Amino acid sequence: MENLPQIVGVLSDGIPETVIATLGGVLLTIVLSVAAGLLLLSPSRTVRGVTRVYVEGFRGTSEVVQLFWIYFVLPVLVGFQLLPLFAGIVVLGLNHGAYGAEIVRGAVRSVPRAQYEGAIALSLSPAQRMRRVILPQAFVEMLPPFNNLFIQLLKSSAILALITVPEVTRQAREVLIPNFGADTLLIFGVTFVIYLVLAALITLVMRLLERVASARLGRRPSRAARAAARAAGPTGTEGVAA
Amino acid sequence: MPVWDWNYAFDILPDLLLALVTTIEITLLGSVVALLLGLVFAVLRRLRIPVLDQVLWAFVEVVRSTPLLVQVFFLFFVLPQFGVTLSAFVVGVVGLGVHYATYTSEVYRAGIDAIPKGQWEACTALSLPRLRVWTGVILPQAVPRVLPALGNYVISMFKEVPLLLAIGVVEVVNEARELGSLTFRYTEPYTIAGLLFLLLSYPASMLVRRLERRRVTA
Repeated sequence: MENLPQIVGVLSDGIPETVIATLGGVLLTIVLSVAAGLLLLSPSRTVRGVTRVYVEGFRGTSEVVQLFWIYFVLPVLVGFQLLPLFAGIVVLGLNHGAYGAEIVRGAVRSVPRAQYEGAIALSLSPAQRMRRVILPQAFVEMLPPFNNLFIQLLKSSAILALITVPEVTRQAREVLIPNFGADTLLIFGVTFVIYLVLAALITLVMRLLERVASARLGRRPSRAARAAARAAGPTGTEGVAA
Repeated sequence: MPVWDWNYAFDILPDLLLALVTTIEITLLGSVVALLLGLVFAVLRRLRIPVLDQVLWAFVEVVRSTPLLVQVFFLFFVLPQFGVTLSAFVVGVVGLGVHYATYTSEVYRAGIDAIPKGQWEACTALSLPRLRVWTGVILPQAVPRVLPALGNYVISMFKEVPLLLAIGVVEVVNEARELGSLTFRYTEPYTIAGLLFLLLSYPASMLVRRLERRRVTA
């Protein structure tokens, strides 16, 4: 126990990297999810096809392979290597963006048909229809599954340890294990606590957003949506009990 | 030197396929753990046994919210201090299995919650023994309707196996890394490794999607 302060110190040094990787990944995920999600709904077959290749390509392969590919293979092909943290953010974003695209697509499609028809009847332009009518409603639906996805992303950020990013997991494995071999339980106990706190922060922010977004629509956040998202997880975008 | 060397690619393919077998073994064994343990978690939580219920809840929350990689390290480095030394392969199976059991337990729970109240009441009216209620009435209805969701998690597990290279399991990506380090050519090994994942997981996910659609229309 006497090594606890040092252990906490070393692990804390990794927190900024984990947080930057997660936030960067989340931002990229949001951009890619919305873009790819809307493109998946495009009337053009080609656009849908190309987007499908992105989505299925990243959902169909292992995240570790993607990371190694971008970090080790891409430099051979293009001639320059990405910084480890940056490569990590790119992979986290590309990978989770592919999952997020399905969430966005599903949420937009779940908006009742009458809402489209109403918007057309009011002669709103397609852009207005999206921005004023469809997206605000779809947004509320997206939040619970995105909460899951972002926690998934936080957890995935641990694989950045494999490409030498000094984030929390790497600090535990490479710095602490060789030096405090007798305190492994303590080391991983603290590591778990750090990730739990970060995950709780994500959930806190998302719940807050959900409350705000629902209130703007004059609704209350639904417990059912969260439970369904929890059971479906980030991989299954359809509801479980149909 | 060309960017892509077909001869080299064909040379390393057998080794990669052999390593793929290990990946699949771990996936299948891990799935057995995840599917059974998840069911146990779901049923136990439904019984609402005091203390055990809270302990299980905390366990599921911790495992769900922390990285699999850290849990794998935990099994690999902490357990030996308590006299339990597992091989990297077994750590992989147990780590993946327990991690995904916390997901599948939520899936089973959703399935169980979706059983109409009348089914439970009918069981009570027939005064069926507790065990028969579960094995004869509830689970046979709850499990089939969550099969697609469970299938999705098995596919996810398959894609998470490469994490285990961190503790030295020789699965596809680790094999690719070793092959690459012999020749300093990483393009072919990693690209083939990625394609192998896509080749297996994409058809599998199409199958699950078809199952899902059949459930919805049925």
